[in-house]
Amino acid sequence: MASYSTNEFRGGLKVLLDGDPCVILENEFVKPGKGQAFNRVKLRNLMTNRVWERTFKSGESLEAADVIDQEMEYLYTDGEFWHFMATDGSFEQHPADEKAVGDTMKWLKEQDVYTVTLYNGTPLSVTPPNFVELEVVDTDPGMKGDTAQGGSKPATLSTGAVVNVPLFITIGEVLKVDTRSGEYVSRVKTS
Amino acid sequence: MSRETDWQPTASLAALRERAGLLSYLRQFFSARGVLEVETPLLARHGVSDLHLDCITAQPGPASDFTGGMAYLQTSPEYHMKRLLAAGSGAIYQVFRAFRDGERGVRHNPEFSLLEWYRPDFDDQALMDEVGALVCGWLGIDAPGRLTYREAFLRHVGLDPFTLPLEELRDAVSGRAGNPAFADDFDRDTCLDFLMSHAVEPALAGEGAVFIHDYPASQAALARTRDVDGYAVAHRFELYLDGLELCNGYWELTDAAEQARRFDVDNALRRARGKPEMAADDYLLSALRHGLPACAGVALGLDRLLMCKLGTRDIRDVVAFPIERA
Repeated sequence: MASYSTNEFRGGLKVLLDGDPCVILENEFVKPGKGQAFNRVKLRNLMTNRVWERTFKSGESLEAADVIDQEMEYLYTDGEFWHFMATDGSFEQHPADEKAVGDTMKWLKEQDVYTVTLYNGTPLSVTPPNFVELEVVDTDPGMKGDTAQGGSKPATLSTGAVVNVPLFITIGEVLKVDTRSGEYVSRVKTS
Repeated sequence: MSRETDWQPTASLAALRERAGLLSYLRQFFSARGVLEVETPLLARHGVSDLHLDCITAQPGPASDFTGGMAYLQTSPEYHMKRLLAAGSGAIYQVFRAFRDGERGVRHNPEFSLLEWYRPDFDDQALMDEVGALVCGWLGIDAPGRLTYREAFLRHVGLDPFTLPLEELRDAVSGRAGNPAFADDFDRDTCLDFLMSHAVEPALAGEGAVFIHDYPASQAALARTRDVDGYAVAHRFELYLDGLELCNGYWELTDAAEQARRFDVDNALRRARGKPEMAADDYLLSALRHGLPACAGVALGLDRLLMCKLGTRDIRDVVAFPIERA
């Protein structure tokens, strides 16, 4: 596997540190005028999601991690694994376990496309698109005349996610939701 | 791969005007004090021998009348300015474009502006006074405080840089680096460099202007050394402004034999680290043998001084075209 020297460290680069795949967040060059140069590096451990701060002597290198992001369609779950299929025409299938799917589980809709991060060919994490469109399957009855004023109520979506929605939303409507914040964005007109 | 907008300067026009204002301030400052402005080569036969400074090389063609193989873009005008001093120039200053390979970050650009000046008959303490007047006069801030290297470590790191056993120094470094075996093969100065940049500098962030002086003799570079309480210290100082290193000054070494010895020490360190050796500059050694007047000298980073004036932490804000746009 290739390796990267500290002067190649950039945000987004995937490297192996203490045996775990990490993504580099920040790389600060620190050098006293006449002294040894160091690189103060912030990395996110992709296994634990924890942020690490490590200092390296400038010129040291880290092994590259075989981590790639791939677009995949969600197929189904057998209860133990969630199965995804590559959309690059290869039809390659990858089972992701519960740890890899994580919080994305509540946004998973069959046939929608997600970003699956593979580490040595195995799904490490699944990232939903920033916005998803999902149907409301349960919420309290809508209240007429409350469209202008604030106020919200919980609504359960087809994937099981619960989001706060305006009072006028009714069962059967399709909503656009921001998966990063879990917030309601708008209603989607269905034809 | 450049974007369509990458032709633009990264510094604002206001910052460029501030830079022009700084240059005219410097010229008035030195003119009023009778210090002569000089110019010396950027491209020369010899490069600096410091272990931690790397030259960018260039190759003049045969018709340029340059013999001696590779040429080096200078990391500072020090060697040439000392030759002028030995020739009897008296007090001199220079606004110089310096090059240091591999130095790029929010506080570094491989090509940068350096103000360097030399004062015959000054010692390090007298030159610190003048640096303080120049810097604080332009920034409109209080005169710098003074702290010895040892006091700075005792106060901000809680350990003695001169007496702490190497094993304990390494432990302190590895602990701060977040990596248990990090410093296992570090020598004393590498440990101290780490603690200086990772513990002392951040602690100086809220302190305004502070001189650190009396560095360990092992970090003397081209400074004279002396004994203080049984420890060998160098007549070397640096000015920090809110934790940002601004300048490096010495009460200069004038002994040719000692200078030759330090070239050898530097090259031994370079060999040990697998770095190319740098031939000793014979012109400088001859000038020292001829006689360098007793003097103090200092180099001050003008880009960083501008960063302080403009309140930015990124050198891109004060350099029109940093290396990635040059």
